[in-house]
Amino acid sequence: MRTTPSGAVKSLASYLLLAAMLIFLLFPFYWTFVTSVKPESELYGKTVTYWPKQATLESYRRLFSDYNFIRPMTNSLIVAASTTLVSLTVSLLAAYAFSRFQFKGRKFLMTLFLTNNMFPTVLLLIPLYAIMRKLGILYTPFALILAYTTFTIPFSIWLLNGYLADLPPSLEEAAMVDGANRAQAFTRIVLPVLMPCIVATGAYVFMTSWNEYTFAVMFTNEANRTIPVSLKNLIGQLGVEWGMLTAGGIVTIIPVCFMFFFAQKRLIEGLTAGAVKG
Amino acid sequence: MGRKKNFWPYLLVAPALLTVLTVVFIPVVNAISMSFQSYDLRRPSRIGFIGLRNYSEVLSDPLFWQAVWKTVLWVGIGVGFQFLFGFVLALLLNRKFFGRGIVRSISLIPWVTPGVLIGLMWRWIYDGSYGVLNDILFRLGIIRDFVPFLARGETAFPAVILTIIWQGIPFFALMILAGLQGIPEELYDAADVDGANGVQKLFRITIPSLKNVIFVTTLLRIIWVSNSVDVIFNLTEGGPAYATQTLSVYVFNKGNSLNLGYAATMSILLALMLSSVAIVYLRRIFRSQEGAR
Repeated sequence: MRTTPSGAVKSLASYLLLAAMLIFLLFPFYWTFVTSVKPESELYGKTVTYWPKQATLESYRRLFSDYNFIRPMTNSLIVAASTTLVSLTVSLLAAYAFSRFQFKGRKFLMTLFLTNNMFPTVLLLIPLYAIMRKLGILYTPFALILAYTTFTIPFSIWLLNGYLADLPPSLEEAAMVDGANRAQAFTRIVLPVLMPCIVATGAYVFMTSWNEYTFAVMFTNEANRTIPVSLKNLIGQLGVEWGMLTAGGIVTIIPVCFMFFFAQKRLIEGLTAGAVKG
Repeated sequence: MGRKKNFWPYLLVAPALLTVLTVVFIPVVNAISMSFQSYDLRRPSRIGFIGLRNYSEVLSDPLFWQAVWKTVLWVGIGVGFQFLFGFVLALLLNRKFFGRGIVRSISLIPWVTPGVLIGLMWRWIYDGSYGVLNDILFRLGIIRDFVPFLARGETAFPAVILTIIWQGIPFFALMILAGLQGIPEELYDAADVDGANGVQKLFRITIPSLKNVIFVTTLLRIIWVSNSVDVIFNLTEGGPAYATQTLSVYVFNKGNSLNLGYAATMSILLALMLSSVAIVYLRRIFRSQEGAR
């Protein structure tokens, strides 16, 4: 970059633009946080305050004691962790097959997985409800785990296939020459090298299932409600409890943000590799 | 050895295939068959085959056509601005400055935020009595009285679109930013030698180099945004007076009111519309795969 006077003006302008965009993107989170620490009187007061005069954790306390938010959190954790485990295992096997073998129907199967994500969720919602009821898993965590794998498996295969394609097959071939079989070569050579990518894919699956609402609202009841449904349920007949709701929101996104920050580099690589290579 | 090779890949793909077929293929077939039935759980005695009557009813339902139009606007304006702002954000984040890593990470948070939470957060921002947007506009002197944004037809739809734009900017920025890293520096150096200005470089080098990324991300986003229910549902539930009811929200609302046959019919029509988008996408992918071999 040359620093001519016009260059300086230009970079000042671009910083201002960047600042404006960041304010737009982050202000809602700031506002959610501020709302969650305001006392009731200030929330619904005459004037809107941009920083609480008296910060309080009352909303958080009520969220966990009166509303028992721990329960939906546990449910979400169970569902998201199991979905992650199932999707990763199943997708890793499939992605390995796609990236290491040439076989009849490979292209067709890959297309099948790709198009799978294009069906409207709402199209699946209604028949799935009937199927889950018949299988007797409606209103159990299994219903959600099964439903979520529909969109997490194809996406994971897509991502993992991209990572595996970048990994030279000669790595495993060398191990196999040394007498290891394919499974050993996979667990001892491929898996450790691929681990960061697997973690990133897992983080993505976890976030997706942690955040999902449409299936969750249909396939759960009082006892196994996940966080998104519980948040929405804070809007009751008596109006909205904005203090508790925003506190719940903050509690919900903190783990997701942590995971995302750790996984983001690999995840971005994988996503774009998929987008460019198809 | 040859035989073994043939059977392994199928075995490895089988679990994934089985899961996806159970949860997608069977429901899709079910949905198709439901669309030919009177399937209203409030009138279980009348469940039965009715041929194309659902389709003719849907196609003559003014609310359906209104929802189609809302979906077109929702996707067109929503994804359009997501792309535009995302592109600008990516270019800005590509410059070198202090703290770039952190700024990049935090600007992506909206993308990982649950749709429900997005809907609810913005519902609070738009609130007609205590909403911060009203307060800001009031302090700036743009409005004289607080506006109940989500309760008025003419402001509710722009409000939900603004929300989906906000949600989608990071995804585009993320993908485009990654794409920008792949453009060789020499191209810009050569352009400098030729005396090209910034705008010329943008249109002659940057955009053409990102063609693939732009294409794929836009298509994916179109599909996601047209399918999305959670943001609108948690902001307005499709109201007021259906002003924000896109097709997928209409299907969701019909499904909630247990008229499953009708909902299935509409969801199939939505799937047909989306598959025209998907076909373009797939053809493109196969062309690039053939090219790579």
